[in-house]
Amino acid sequence: MIKVNRTETLETRKKGPTRDIGLYLRKYWQLYLLLLLPLIYLAVFKYSPMYYVLIAFKKYSIVQSVAEMPWAKNYGFEHFIKAFRNKDFIYALRNTITLNLLDIIIGFPVPIIFALLLNELRFKFFKKSVQTIAYMPHFLSWVIIYGLALQLFTPSSGLVNMFIQKLGLPAVHFLDDGNNWVKTYIGLGVWQSFGWNSIIYLAAISGISPELYEAASVDGANRWQKMWHITLPGIRPTIIVLLILALGNILGSNFDRPFALQNNLVLQNAEVISTFVYKNGIKGLQFSLTTAVGLFQSIVNVIFLVLANWFSRKMGERGIM
Amino acid sequence: MSKEVEETSREIHSFKTKIGDWVIVFVCVIIALICLLPMINLLARSLSGTDYLVKHEVYLWPKGLNFDAYTTVLKDAKYIKAFGWTALLTLICTLLSLAMSTLCAFPLIFSQLKGRKLINVFITVTMFFNAGTIPNYLLMQRLHLLDNPLVLIIPGCLSVYNMIILRSFFYGVPESLRESAEMDGASYFTILLKIYIPLSKPVLATLALFYAVGRWNGYSDALMYMKNKDFYPLQLLLYNILNNINQVEVATQEGFSQPGLQESLKAAIVMFSTIPILCIYPGLQKYFIQGVTLGAVKE
Repeated sequence: MIKVNRTETLETRKKGPTRDIGLYLRKYWQLYLLLLLPLIYLAVFKYSPMYYVLIAFKKYSIVQSVAEMPWAKNYGFEHFIKAFRNKDFIYALRNTITLNLLDIIIGFPVPIIFALLLNELRFKFFKKSVQTIAYMPHFLSWVIIYGLALQLFTPSSGLVNMFIQKLGLPAVHFLDDGNNWVKTYIGLGVWQSFGWNSIIYLAAISGISPELYEAASVDGANRWQKMWHITLPGIRPTIIVLLILALGNILGSNFDRPFALQNNLVLQNAEVISTFVYKNGIKGLQFSLTTAVGLFQSIVNVIFLVLANWFSRKMGERGIM
Repeated sequence: MSKEVEETSREIHSFKTKIGDWVIVFVCVIIALICLLPMINLLARSLSGTDYLVKHEVYLWPKGLNFDAYTTVLKDAKYIKAFGWTALLTLICTLLSLAMSTLCAFPLIFSQLKGRKLINVFITVTMFFNAGTIPNYLLMQRLHLLDNPLVLIIPGCLSVYNMIILRSFFYGVPESLRESAEMDGASYFTILLKIYIPLSKPVLATLALFYAVGRWNGYSDALMYMKNKDFYPLQLLLYNILNNINQVEVATQEGFSQPGLQESLKAAIVMFSTIPILCIYPGLQKYFIQGVTLGAVKE
């Protein structure tokens, strides 16, 4: 009996798959149809450009296709070597890391502190108004923020400088002195994002069980003790995940913010990889060199993210991937 | 502890909390002011008289109140055209992106979908690895999208991050709803249109806001791919004006010859391109908070 059964199942298994797939597709074809357009989009606009990454290893020529172009010298790594001998690229690399690190050191704690503050506010309407106002800068484009910064920080005619001069102090060149520019860049970044980034912490705080606070009140804990022993530990996982994401993105560079804020006087402190690639690649037509730079950046970024994720898991926190 | 002592200690305690409350309120007021002051300053400048601007007398309140800068902006066909074009672009991009996100997110919630894991990996990889600026540029060239207005619409029509927000929300819809519909013989199209889309209006509103703000504020794609000034979105036009690019062209226009008016004009143009967003976002606050929170949920 058992033997017969087994052969039967084997036979059905042999015939099975094709018929099963037919049946399966007849039932689920609609789902695949829905997915078709998004997947084509991703294949064309996210995957197919990866083919052009080959240019980083080739001698670029406008008349040849990528496959026809000859390989670059030094086993194809010519452009990478050139990039690291290029003083401007080294500046861009250094600035990218510096600005991102400063963003984390100064910008990361601010939304946490703001969320803790908001959490202590007792007046509901006031709290909501403060939140609405604090979210506003997130909705402004970097061009607009640059416009605002010009109106505030221009020597002599900017609001802040008018005030400084009224106090009898010399005007500060916020936007055209390298060191001051870095401070302004970081400050504007904090200004733009702290409110928005606090949303996630506020959500985490609202997930903490109120019983914990009640128990603490019964034990006579004051505001600080509750914040320190309940709220902060409660949002620790969120803080760690976001910190990992930020650290994993240490070589990432957004284009809009540095490009909108920089000017020729501060390039030594303001040029980052993304703007370097734009200027030397799209404007300067050094396609191979800038593709190599971009590839270097992407790969380092992925490695950092994977490392950060691995580290977070190791620490017993949930990862991001 | 005697009753009296206990009473005073409680009084001191509540007094301390009250002080603490007011300190926190004070700090929050300062923070709100820091957020608002640049905008107020800008508004004051845009409404001020030229003489006061040149003499650096305008702080947070307009002096010599007038609307000249705004009428100049509104009379200039260039701004109106850029404004209209950007508004149209934002509308198209938002609708298209919403459709794409829905199309992508909905099928992925079915555990019966074969190859779902593979598709998810296919999608997620694009979040972590980007081919880079130049390969993207060469692709646009290859697809004949350079200098084509479509380049401002198609390449950004799906944000994987936003799609994941929507997918997280779809996961939260009770499975029993779609199962009973399936039993009644409803097709997946019907389930999507009749059950999922009506239920996810708040999330869709959030995504619409994210996409619309992204398009309204974006300028780098136009900077890289668009040479034809007729299709410049508002932000790129603004960037060029703020940096005095095309000075010759601008200087010939009315107003830009006087330094004071030029300043109030710049302020008015910045104001002009900010107002649409400032009008929309407060009303959607409840929704976008939910959207951000959903985005933080893994898977």
